[in-house]
Amino acid sequence: MTIDTITPDEILATPPGDLAIWFFIFAELLAFGVFFVAYAFARAHNVELFDESQRQLDISSGAINTLVLITSSYFMVRAVAAIKQGLSRVCARWIAAAIALGGIFLAIKLVEFHDKFSAGISLSTNTFYMFYLSLTIFHFMHVILGMVILAAVMLKARRGGYSAQNHTDVETGASYWHMVDLLWIILFPLVYVIH
Amino acid sequence: MQFKSQAVAKPYFIAAIALFVGQILFGLIMGFQYVVGDFLFPEIPFNVARMVHTNLLIVWLLFGFMGAAYYLIPEEAETELFSPRLALITFWVFLAAGALTVVGYLAVPYATLAEATGNNMLATMGREFLEQPLPTKIGIVVVALVFLFNISMTVLKGRKTSISLVLLLGLWGLAVFFLFSFYNPSNLVLDKYFWWWTVHLWVEGVWELILGAMLAFVLIKITGVDREVIEKWLYVIIAMTLITGIIGTGHHYFWIGTPEYWQWFGSVFSALEPIPFFMMTVFAFNMVNRRRREHPNKAATLWALGTGVMAFLGAGVWGFLHTLAPVNFYTHGSQITAAHGHMAFYGAYVMVNLTMISYAMPMLRGRSANSPSAQVLEMWSFWLMTVSIVFITLFLTAAGILQIWLQRMGETPMSFMAAQDQIMLFYWLREAAGFVFLLGLVLYIWSFFKKGEVQTAA
Repeated sequence: MTIDTITPDEILATPPGDLAIWFFIFAELLAFGVFFVAYAFARAHNVELFDESQRQLDISSGAINTLVLITSSYFMVRAVAAIKQGLSRVCARWIAAAIALGGIFLAIKLVEFHDKFSAGISLSTNTFYMFYLSLTIFHFMHVILGMVILAAVMLKARRGGYSAQNHTDVETGASYWHMVDLLWIILFPLVYVIH
Repeated sequence: MQFKSQAVAKPYFIAAIALFVGQILFGLIMGFQYVVGDFLFPEIPFNVARMVHTNLLIVWLLFGFMGAAYYLIPEEAETELFSPRLALITFWVFLAAGALTVVGYLAVPYATLAEATGNNMLATMGREFLEQPLPTKIGIVVVALVFLFNISMTVLKGRKTSISLVLLLGLWGLAVFFLFSFYNPSNLVLDKYFWWWTVHLWVEGVWELILGAMLAFVLIKITGVDREVIEKWLYVIIAMTLITGIIGTGHHYFWIGTPEYWQWFGSVFSALEPIPFFMMTVFAFNMVNRRRREHPNKAATLWALGTGVMAFLGAGVWGFLHTLAPVNFYTHGSQITAAHGHMAFYGAYVMVNLTMISYAMPMLRGRSANSPSAQVLEMWSFWLMTVSIVFITLFLTAAGILQIWLQRMGETPMSFMAAQDQIMLFYWLREAAGFVFLLGLVLYIWSFFKKGEVQTAA
């Protein structure tokens, strides 16, 4: 797909994918948004505690995961571009690649969780770790949900269920996956980096 | 009525309304005991009146849900009910069990009832809303299983629609979470912890699915809007309900001995619980505005719209009012809770049942709508009941604010009873509003007997 195949009208008409997913995305962003604001308030009251706990986090694995998710999002862009040209199998392959990167994200995250849990850290350790674990575990579950959605879309694409004209599901899945990515792009600097 | 077997819904609806009357009468007795403490003592002590008031509410709502399912499922599945006979048998079993339980509450002291009904073998009694004796609880499970078997079989042999699947999910969830009423650990924290799995996950979880399905069904019927559009709304609403409601349980875990993180989880997720209710309001108005037919049953339309608005206000806004942990620290277990409880139950579950009954009862009696004069009467009852519940809520909210201020804040907090004396005026006003509610209910029942020109069902 090249940019000139899309007219400005198409960009502005409606959001891509099923409208219902956008209600869902909005609600999800709101839920995480409330949590982010709560984090900011709690941090403002406990700067020292948060700073000290934040230093115990592994920034490099967080950074790698950021790259992994952004790349995965790019693969979904390629998948949507492929189906717009009617290339079902290519589309399915790009989605498979996006899912695989989702899996890598989960694996890296599991190593991090394992380190923290074996160090005896839990939700009750302190307010920072309550936020760190809740936010990352909630996000973790969203990655899993996103992968399930993408897998369903991929299977249908592989069966030739979409065409250049009719591929709403692919855009729906891609929209959700971008949201999962976006959340991490906010979460990573907020929780790992900003001291 | 499209299918003969839908007729089994009728006795369920009639029983529901009869028990509703009982609930309101006991509410009035109890409301009067708030201001005249020894009214009807020792015949009907306050704790017994309260138990009857809340238990009747739950039982009549369940009758309403079952009636709604028996009416809705055959029409959605496009097939006769699996077994109308079974539905009638369970109706009488459930009614008898319910009546016997209330008689038991009123006739003997609660402790005697507990001893006589095997509470020593398996202690499940004595907990708010789950006061039912063991045989009643087992009866509820048996009735629920037979009912679920009946409607699930109907759906399995017929057309499967989103509405019937959401309704089934809600009703199965209702049965599953009731099982926690049998689990009564001696550790008080654990007891309360799992008690909420029945109480909270009913009203802020699976019941909302039932509510959504019932509302969607009536909206399809009265507006003629495409099923596809309505189903999409339904899915988004139930997804939001479950996302916010399940972890929202945490707003009951602030001060009962559970870990501190619940204060965050409960606050954040339950702060979002108004969203699905708000979406329901937008949904109802949106569908009615886009209607493609003028259904003659205007009263049912009014109830459907009212459900959206009042559920949002009662469950959403009044819930949010005291759901954040720092606020709840002061408001916990005050009259604010009572205010929320009254408007939420009325707005969500009473009104959705009345919506369904308002739509289905004329059909069950062979006409598409009641006569215009009967509908006018019904609309009067709508406004009387709705406005009086708004006033009950406002009076209790005022009482609650004052109670918290006097009893829990300030330099020299008053004792509980001293604070109660100070808010007496609001209890009197609440009782007066309660009588207006009863008047509304009487008009509602009267509207069923009101004659006049009617349109026969197509």
